[in-house]
Amino acid sequence: MIKNILNLGDAALYCDFGKEVNRETNTQVIRYFKSIQKENIGSINNLSPSYNKLIISFDLKKTNFENLKKLIENLNITNEDDLENKKIEVPVCCDENFALDIVRLEKKLKLKRERIYENFFNKEFFCYMTGFIAGMPFLGDLSKNMRAKRLETPRVKVPKGSVALTEQFANIYTFESPGGWNVIGNSPIKIFDSSKEESPNLINPGDIVLFKEISKNQFESYSE
Amino acid sequence: MILSCLKKYQKINLKVIVSKNYFKVIRAGISTTFQDEGRKNLYHVGIPFSGAMDRRNYSLSNKLVGNKINSPALEFAYQGPLLKFFGNKINIAITGDVNFTIKKKDITIDGNCYQALKLEDGDEVDILSTNKSVYGYFAIGGQIDLKYQWSSCSTNTKAIIGANDGKKFENEQVINISKLNNHSMEKKLNYINTKIENIRIIKGTNFDYFSDKGKKIFLEKEFIVSKLTDRMGMRLEGPRIENLVDTNIKSEGLIKGVIQVPADGNPIIMLSDHGTIGGYPKIGVVISADYDKLVQLSPGSRIKFKQVDLSSAENLFKLYDLETQNLISQIE
Repeated sequence: MIKNILNLGDAALYCDFGKEVNRETNTQVIRYFKSIQKENIGSINNLSPSYNKLIISFDLKKTNFENLKKLIENLNITNEDDLENKKIEVPVCCDENFALDIVRLEKKLKLKRERIYENFFNKEFFCYMTGFIAGMPFLGDLSKNMRAKRLETPRVKVPKGSVALTEQFANIYTFESPGGWNVIGNSPIKIFDSSKEESPNLINPGDIVLFKEISKNQFESYSE
Repeated sequence: MILSCLKKYQKINLKVIVSKNYFKVIRAGISTTFQDEGRKNLYHVGIPFSGAMDRRNYSLSNKLVGNKINSPALEFAYQGPLLKFFGNKINIAITGDVNFTIKKKDITIDGNCYQALKLEDGDEVDILSTNKSVYGYFAIGGQIDLKYQWSSCSTNTKAIIGANDGKKFENEQVINISKLNNHSMEKKLNYINTKIENIRIIKGTNFDYFSDKGKKIFLEKEFIVSKLTDRMGMRLEGPRIENLVDTNIKSEGLIKGVIQVPADGNPIIMLSDHGTIGGYPKIGVVISADYDKLVQLSPGSRIKFKQVDLSSAENLFKLYDLETQNLISQIE
């Protein structure tokens, strides 16, 4: 349930679902997101679901904060046709040319790389949200012994396809972009495809992601 | 039959000019892109709104050449493009605070903004600079041949989507015009862009993360627009805004106009191509009525924030929108 709705500026609702970041809270956020999306409310410009917040930005020419807030508060949010939890397998090559931060991570986590990869590949990840750059999935949760802070100085350019970790999350850089996450490998598959207007993102909030280790040769065969 | 062959040909060899009417880009300019009203309902995918930065000037440029006000137009920043026209007579208009010239066969004329101008075969438009501002708009009276993605042609160079293969203009490329408007009235508007230094804001959702001194600095001191400013965001420099609680928040959605303060204490304002998720505390949000003016503040400009409440912000937007509608209706 939404705990509180505030205004973010004059043209957005800031819906707070509570302080905790966990699957339960996030599932609530996604449930609201999907229900509101289905209503096709013409005055809404955008919905931004995140771990524990939903931001609804609207066209100030068509409505205002108070009116839209009332509308959202009175919506019927149903559990039916709940999250599909599509399962997606993402191949990752951990060749040292791709695993830019593995040495750093071994030190930070005080774990050998074999253990880091073992933990990483034996985990089912849940997609909390997508964004920052087009299609980037925010996947959780890494176990406590796998949580590291961001790089002290972020990279100006993280290579496209990089698979990286920070705190309780993993993500995939869908474009070359600045970023400060710890890179442990690279995936050759297209996570964001702008030619598919209906569903440009391979991974969507609520989906389950499993990473599968591939060799350098296998990686190269993907790009052909 | 011929048309379908022609279409095929166009697909195979994009460089080949097939339109009767086109512009050749002799100089691309610093940051020239196609823009329209932008894309909706894609934040959750990670795609920002994009669209024209200064919506008022964008709409006016289209109205002056007889287009629908939400038609694609060229947006340029600082130094604009040099374009040579080939074809029949065409109407163009430039809006903003822009210095430009029209080069005809044997004469060069200083151009006036907010006025439809007729170009003939071989004429050149040289957009020299935006005057103490950032963005200007160049509208073409007709239909430009462009690729739409998610119902918008707006070019987003970060996600590589929209018209022009998601890229800025390059030298030597062409702009094909598939249909010309056939009106001959020369439309004109008397309008001068006003500059503002005071940008009005509403308190952000993390306003109380900042110390009393930090809040006071934010609302009373002057900031300078830094060079690290583009369609994604505007970075400001000034006295450091002190954070007492946490320099990070749990990553959450962003909207244009949000002012984030990262650990270094210097505010960043999210603009039309912003990243859709961010993890820095939000100290404020620029009100909708001041957005068009905000984006026109060039690096080095001074900026001061003034706090207003939600209902004033809503009224100010109504007024601003009414003013825009009035300007549009004056162009008939």
